[in-house]
Amino acid sequence: MNKKKSLKDYDIVFTLIAILIGFAVGAIMLVIAKISPIDAYKTLFDGVFSKPKFMIWSIVYATPLIFTGLSVGFSFRTGVFNIGAEGQFVVGTLAACAVGILVDLPSPLHILLCFVAAMVAGAIWGIIVAYLKVKFGINEVLSMIMFNWLAFYLSNYVMNFAVLHKEGGGEATKDILDSAKITMPFLDAKTFGPNANWGILVAIAVAILIYFIINKTTLGYQLRAVGFNRTAAEYGGISVNRAVMTAMAISGGLAGLGGAMQLMGMSMRISQYSSQEGFGFDGITVALIGASNPIGCIFAGLFYGAMKYGGSKLNLVGAPSEIIKIIMGCIVFFIAISHVFKALFSKKSLKKEVK
Amino acid sequence: MKKRVLALAMAAVLAMSSLVACGSKEKAEEPTGAATTEETAAPAEEAPAEDTTAVDPSTIKIGMVTDVGGVNDGSFNQSSWEGLQRAQVELGIEAKYLESKTDADYTPNIETLIDDECDLVICVGYMLADATKAAAEAYPEQKFAIIDDASIDLPNVTNLMFAQEQASYLVGLVAGMTTETKTVGFVLGMASETMNKFGYGYLAGVLDANKDAKILQYNANNFGDTAGGKSAATSMITNGADVIFHAAGGTGIGVIEGCKENGIKAIGVDSDQSVLAPETVITSAMKRVDNACYDMAKAMIDGTVVAGIKTYDLSIGGVDIAPTTDLLSEEVLTAVNDAKEKIIAGEVTVPATQADFEAKYGDVYELD
Repeated sequence: MNKKKSLKDYDIVFTLIAILIGFAVGAIMLVIAKISPIDAYKTLFDGVFSKPKFMIWSIVYATPLIFTGLSVGFSFRTGVFNIGAEGQFVVGTLAACAVGILVDLPSPLHILLCFVAAMVAGAIWGIIVAYLKVKFGINEVLSMIMFNWLAFYLSNYVMNFAVLHKEGGGEATKDILDSAKITMPFLDAKTFGPNANWGILVAIAVAILIYFIINKTTLGYQLRAVGFNRTAAEYGGISVNRAVMTAMAISGGLAGLGGAMQLMGMSMRISQYSSQEGFGFDGITVALIGASNPIGCIFAGLFYGAMKYGGSKLNLVGAPSEIIKIIMGCIVFFIAISHVFKALFSKKSLKKEVK
Repeated sequence: MKKRVLALAMAAVLAMSSLVACGSKEKAEEPTGAATTEETAAPAEEAPAEDTTAVDPSTIKIGMVTDVGGVNDGSFNQSSWEGLQRAQVELGIEAKYLESKTDADYTPNIETLIDDECDLVICVGYMLADATKAAAEAYPEQKFAIIDDASIDLPNVTNLMFAQEQASYLVGLVAGMTTETKTVGFVLGMASETMNKFGYGYLAGVLDANKDAKILQYNANNFGDTAGGKSAATSMITNGADVIFHAAGGTGIGVIEGCKENGIKAIGVDSDQSVLAPETVITSAMKRVDNACYDMAKAMIDGTVVAGIKTYDLSIGGVDIAPTTDLLSEEVLTAVNDAKEKIIAGEVTVPATQADFEAKYGDVYELD
């Protein structure tokens, strides 16, 4: 059996095919809406690649998505579906914002403290849900959706505290102190954009760390074992309950950290939410495209970030930016059903071998 | 094999070029009529101090950034875009918009419009104030306009403000004259200097029309809480209110719903909201954001854009009550038109600040 691996043995091939199909469906939608898909896709492409500033913006958009992608992907590996990354992201943002405004520390320490606060907040949000699941058997998907809304309203409540709220008009908090920002003000804002930040480096480092934890540590082995087969893992002496709690804590912490990145590198403040911003839900897409692989999540996050940033420019040619959602939705759909294609392919090649 | 690839490539090129041709044709045809009329009016060389030379409208590009409400919010984002679309049709300028999905999108969206070489960037709503200010400082050559914010004092920013207290006063008159229980309600989205103007105007109107009226007031502290708005309306109705005015964005949609379910009257805000509940919404305190945007486009063509605060009030059609007046009696309409004339003539001044209001009516406004 020293047969050479053929293309179809790589998951990434199916992912790329799914992406192509996604763009094709998007093109059909554009044609139906009487918009030239060539114009639209050209705007999308130019909007991301034609200037270094645009590429940096895309990366800035991608950073929080990589984190929520890692968060969801990590939970998938343990057999828990973290649909609550949205809420964990929000409480992470909130914690980082509070620390960023209220604590006055020299820059590196301040940033570190914000990161820790965001991770702890996200982790707690995750642990509560995990606790409800292992102690009372409450379905984690239901409680997480509720916890998303709890986080949403908590944020809207807390941001109105006088110590945080900005003076003058606007339903937003003050900007965080300069010492808590992760932007790079020494770069020329006109060439690189005002929000160029080093969050992406943290994202890559964390992704590698998570890859290491999952694949090379006892903890990772336990978590994967629980993910593969809960009963067997328990039989093998792994405490399933503890594994689920740990996984949710790490997953929540990752989403929370993503919130900190978005806040400290991009928004600098929290505004009153009128609807969920969807970073956590986008994380599900990223995790699926990245096949729940931490390294895959980096690329999937960059792809989605670029689509989000470039897609916001589609309005310029009169195309609705929602077309991006259609494309991403199709990609996820085709990735989800890719095992059907795989089965078809392997049947064909089986036949060939027989011949 | 080679031939086949070549044929395919050629077919692809053909298909592409035909598509591109379609696109460019449309663009070329757009600004015809307006351009020729403008050229005749173009030589305006009177004032060399300001750059008041009219420009070919087809060269003018105006971009607008919405707040998180999006371009179809049924309120001022939509209204702004309608104004720009009207300018596009009537004046021949080119208008574009970008929607912001989150608070963090304001800066990149403004940047995108600048990169797209828009001559004017209109930022819709005071939530964009910080982002607009930063961009205006970074790009001193770029013209900006911001709606509903007076905090930016820069030579390249026009602040478009509205005398919402005047419109609120008019709907206050309507409420005061319409109420049978002598109790009216007021739901506010957020207590701030700008938002309180709605309250001062409304209360003044109610009290001028009906001195003994009781005014129930509630600050929802949220522009997006439909459920909260509904429960606020319901509790006011329990306490006897039979007309409720809201200045609360999405929260106000809940207020209108609550009024509709209980069969009492509601008054809308910003745009003509009678479409939401034609039997319930008797009138609306309208801010003609569309007129302001249209005027900005016109000023761009004429080269008469002025930085600083520009207030749109009753006299220039900047605020008004809604054109739908089916549910208003003759008597009420006459009173409203009467008051309108008096305000424009300067005989009646509507209070817009706490001091002005309390001097005339006493401390009856609870939300400031």
